[in-house]
Order: sequence, then structure tokens, then C-alpha cells
Amino acid sequence: MLTAGLDIGSRTIALVEWDGMHIVRKEVVFTGIDPLKKSQQLMAGKHYDASVATGYGRHLASVNTLANCVITEIKAYAVGAHQLFPDVRTILDIGGQDSKVIQVKPDGAVANFEMNDKCAAGTGRFLENMALALDLNIEQLGPHALEASGKGVVLSSMCTVFAESEVVSLIGRGEDSHSVALGIHQSIVNRVCAVVRRVGYHPRFVFAGGVALNPCMRQLIEHELKIPVSVPADPQIVGALGAAIQAANNLSGKKN
Amino acid sequence: MEKFMIPAAEKILKGDKMLKSIDTDVFESLRTKNVDALIAAKNSGSRIIGMYCAYCPRELILAAGAIPIGLCGTVESAIPDAEKDLPRNLCPMVKSSYGLAVSDKCPYFALSDMVIGETTCDGKKKMFEIMESKNIKDVYVMHLPQMPDNNVSVDLWLSELRRLKDYLGKKFHVQITDAKLREAIHITNEEKRVLQKLLDLNQQQPVLISGMDMLKITYRIGFHPDRKEAIRLIEQVADGVNRAFPAGDLKTKRILLTGTPVGIGSEKVIKLVEESNALIVAQENCGGYKNVGLHIDENDPIDPLLLMARKYMKIPCSVMSPNNDRIDLIKKMIRDFHIDGVIDLTWQACHTYNLESYMVAKAVKDDMGLPFLHLETDYSQSDVETLRVRIEAFLEMIN
Ligand code: SF4
Ligand code: SF4
Repeated sequence: MLTAGLDIGSRTIALVEWDGMHIVRKEVVFTGIDPLKKSQQLMAGKHYDASVATGYGRHLASVNTLANCVITEIKAYAVGAHQLFPDVRTILDIGGQDSKVIQVKPDGAVANFEMNDKCAAGTGRFLENMALALDLNIEQLGPHALEASGKGVVLSSMCTVFAESEVVSLIGRGEDSHSVALGIHQSIVNRVCAVVRRVGYHPRFVFAGGVALNPCMRQLIEHELKIPVSVPADPQIVGALGAAIQAANNLSGKKN
Repeated sequence: MEKFMIPAAEKILKGDKMLKSIDTDVFESLRTKNVDALIAAKNSGSRIIGMYCAYCPRELILAAGAIPIGLCGTVESAIPDAEKDLPRNLCPMVKSSYGLAVSDKCPYFALSDMVIGETTCDGKKKMFEIMESKNIKDVYVMHLPQMPDNNVSVDLWLSELRRLKDYLGKKFHVQITDAKLREAIHITNEEKRVLQKLLDLNQQQPVLISGMDMLKITYRIGFHPDRKEAIRLIEQVADGVNRAFPAGDLKTKRILLTGTPVGIGSEKVIKLVEESNALIVAQENCGGYKNVGLHIDENDPIDPLLLMARKYMKIPCSVMSPNNDRIDLIKKMIRDFHIDGVIDLTWQACHTYNLESYMVAKAVKDDMGLPFLHLETDYSQSDVETLRVRIEAFLEMIN
């Protein structure tokens, strides 16, 4: 058996191929301006017994017969994280343009969720813009912040646009760029953790999505919530993995 | 990002147009007929009174020989006109109502001899002040008490009903007798009875009528100038239901919608749910089930205004404190309509419904053990795709 899970996000597209037991292939590419074409390229020349699409482009994929079924990224993350960590109870996913908190039942089903998609604060986009303001690339931002000697500088602006000019003026005032970077992370962590508290959280706590690649974010979340945080080896494919597993479940007639 | 978002299941809504349990065409055609009929009624001397809320005592309007028409704004197009005078961060229903009034875009407002408002929420009561200051219409505001369990509330509302009765009597040179009031109470009872009969059809499994079709009926019929004819039409559609063509099957997820009122123009949440292959089986909101169960005992010989005052203090609206009856009604509807999940809709900046969602969530999740989704949105289409994710994820939780 071979199934495919396709997660078309606003920033990246992830594909996972699943044989019922293992991940056979995984890919992550930038979404760009033609997500359908990118997805078709990823899946070209392959035959799948079933495929499931998730993410913002899920209906696009299904209408164009790239997938025979769609699930939301909420469910996809729950299924994927449950596969990687069977004892998962809370998932925090911070992606490029939204973030979500999912409470999972012991059997892996979604119990409750909350999403932030109204503004860029609290998403990967915020970090990207701040990295730019600090003249760093996004991979450097987390390690750079971890080198700060003391506490982070407190940012007063939540809005991405205002925070960017605040960062510029902090640097201009001679603040240490490591401390500023730490303050940037702290600001987004505060925001995200407020949502986590609202939904409620229990161990095991899984942190996924592109922003989970950032080591500083993980440390600060652990510190803020006082709970160990597990990051999957490949945090960007959790949704695609969930979709691929869902495709296999659909084949075997298993519910969820 | 916008361009590759495709609605889930338009096909399902289209394919079965012929095979419906009810014929909504009669009500669809009311859209233009209602205005013409109102103009005709007005030309032959009838008075028309605009209402903005379920608390407006329509029996008094009927007893004064006038035609009651609901003027609540449900269209986004009127909002820019409102934002010239009102803050942006205000309930879209208040803004839309005001925009329709000042822009002269609403024939029903234009035809009204006066409008009646109530001190329900802060947004509405201050909006009425501004509307009045524009001198475009006779705006009459009633002082609505907000602690319904307290005896003085019935007393205050009774005196407000008396004040309105005097006002209407003088303004329109009519005598509002007890006999006329009792006749109006009877008509209003009848209207609620047939509405409930129609809405209760959906207690059936499978569901007979989609939420969108139900909304079309309840919304359009509200603008009918002749309440007796309206009652006849509702009863006719309810009695004529064809059970061979239900709106869903036994597996269709049955959703209860509660929260702020919805009308044609502000139906996006109902549409999204039904595009995702679930059905809005019942609505607890105003326009739906909120007050259809509130009857006045027509054989009770006491002052009809007192009977009315007591009835109105029982409407389970979030502007009341406490509002436990709403929770009880939601629980009853969950049982009667075999509900699988509850969506609580809050229009942006509506504090009372937004706050009350805490209680609703507790009742639905903890007491009834059902999935619950709270949505906060406005009339715009800008968040349709993110709402769709939430709604689909909520429906996935139902199994
Ligand atoms: S929800 Fe409350 S305030 Fe709004 S129309 Fe209904 S009764 Fe009036
Ligand atoms: S929805 Fe809320 S804020 Fe809007 S008019 Fe009704 S009670 Fe007022």
C-alpha cells in the first residue's frame, strides 16, 4: 500500500508518502504563486492507493483530483502528532501565517482547538520580518537570540509593522542585538502561550510547524508553560503525515 | 493566497433543487411582492411601524391598526454609510441598521411612519440617539429593564407599554381598546404557533429543511404586510411538507446555531456549514426559536398589557442578566432536535453574546457532552476561508 498526504500551506507545501507503517518519502517546498503546479510536480509519476489533502489549499487539491479526500490541518496535525507521539495531549503548531493549539483526546481525536489567523503577530511571519530588521536570515534568528547574556529587551508593539520599526530604533539606540532578538522571541511566545492557556494543556506537549525549527522558541515555551516540549524530528511534515495516515485509514475503513 | 480557495460542496446544493421537502419559491417571490404590497397598503391609509428587536411589543402596533416591520440590518452594503457617523468597532447589525436608515437604501425604513427602538445593548441605544438627531424619522425608544427575574422589571416594562400605547393613540388618532389588544395577542400567538410548527418539522430524522431554506422563509415572511396572510402561508408550507425529500440523510451532522441574529445578507455561517455537508437543523437565535414558545394565555382576564409585559420579560436574550432561560432553551433544543454539535455566533463587538458564550460553552461541552464552536465575525467575506477551516475542523470532531 502507498498513500500520500499533501499539506498545502500558505508558505510551504509538504508531501509525505506512507506505506502503512513508515514514511517512504517526504518533501517540503515553498508554496510560491502556483501551489497546484508545485503539488502536481511533487506527485508526478506516482500511483497512490489513496491520497488526502490538508492545509489552506486542500480544496484546490481535491477539486483537481490530486487528493480523493480533504481534512483540515487541525485533524491532520492531531493524527500526525499522535503517530509520532502516541501519548500526545496538546499540540502547538506555529506556521508561516497562522498558529493553532489543539487539545487531543487519549485516542488521538481532537477535543478542542483554537486558531490565530487574524494577524501576523504570533506567527512565523512575525519572526521572518524581525529577522529581516536585524539583518539575519530566519535560521540564524533563534541561535542568535540564545547568545543573549541577560534578559531580552521588552518589545511594546505587538503589531508586526510597528514592532519592526521598534526593533530598528532599539538597535539604533545601541541595544545589544542578541537581547533584542531574545525580546522578539519572548513577545511571540507570550502571545502564543496566552492562547495555549485558554485552550488548556497537558503533557505530552508537542510543538510543530516551521517555527518549531527555532531552538529559542522551544526553550522559551518550556520556560513559560513550565512543561517539557517535544519537537518532532521534522516538524514541518506533521500535517502531511497525518493526511497520509488518514488516507490509509480511509482505505482500511478505520474511523478517524 | 485567496485565489486557490474553492468552496467545498456547491454541487450538493445545486443538484437536488427539484427534490425538496418544501417549496421556497413562494417566499422567494415575496422579496419584491412585500414592498409593493406595503406601498399599496400605505397608499390606502395604513400606518407602518419599524421594529429593531424581539422586545418591540408588536401586539400594540397591531392593536393600533398599524403594520409592524422588522428593520434589523443584515446587509454589509449599508455599513460604509454608517461608518461616516458611527465607530468602526461596533456590531455590524447596529451599523447596518443605521446605514440603511440614513442612506435611504431601505424601502421598509422609508415607508415607516415611525420606528421603535429599545435600550437593549449599548450599541443600539446610543445609535438610536444619533438616528433621532438626524431628524429623518420619528424614533421612539423604550426603556427596557435588564433583570427579568426582578419584579420591578415587569412593572417598568408595563409602564413603558402604557407610555407607548398613549403615544400611538395620540399620534395615529386611534383608540387602542382591550378588545383590539386581545385580538392582536391572538394573532401574535397564532404566528408563533405556526412558526414553531414549521421549525419543529426539523426534529425529524433525517432533517427535512435546510437552514438556508428555513432562513429564507422566516426572514421573508417577516416583511409581509398582512400578518393573517403570513400565518396562512407559514401553515401552508408546514402542512405541505413532503417527507419523501429530506434535506439530508441519517448520517448528516445536525448542528444547532445560537447567538446573535442572522438574516439574508448575514447568513455566511449557515452557508459555510451547509457547504461542508452538515445542516443547521435549528436556530436558537432571534428570528429562529428564541421566542416562538412564548405564548400569552388568551383566557386570562387580567390587563392584557400586563400579560404582554410578563411575556416580554421571558425572552432569553443576552442583554438580560441573568439569562439562564437561554441555557435551558439550548439544552432542550439539543434534545428535541437530536443535535450533534453547537455553533455560537457572535457579531464582532457584541459584548453580551460574546461574554455569554462562556456559559453556553460550559452547558454544551460539560453538561451535554457535545462539540462546541464559538465564532466571532462580522458581515464581510474577508474571513470566509478561515471560518471554513474552523467549521470543517469542528465538524470533524463530531463522530
Ligand atoms: S438578540 Fe436580543 S437585542 Fe437582538 S434582536 Fe434579539 S432580543 Fe433584541
Ligand atoms: S448583536 Fe449584540 S451588539 Fe448587535 S444589536 Fe444585538 S445585542 Fe446589540
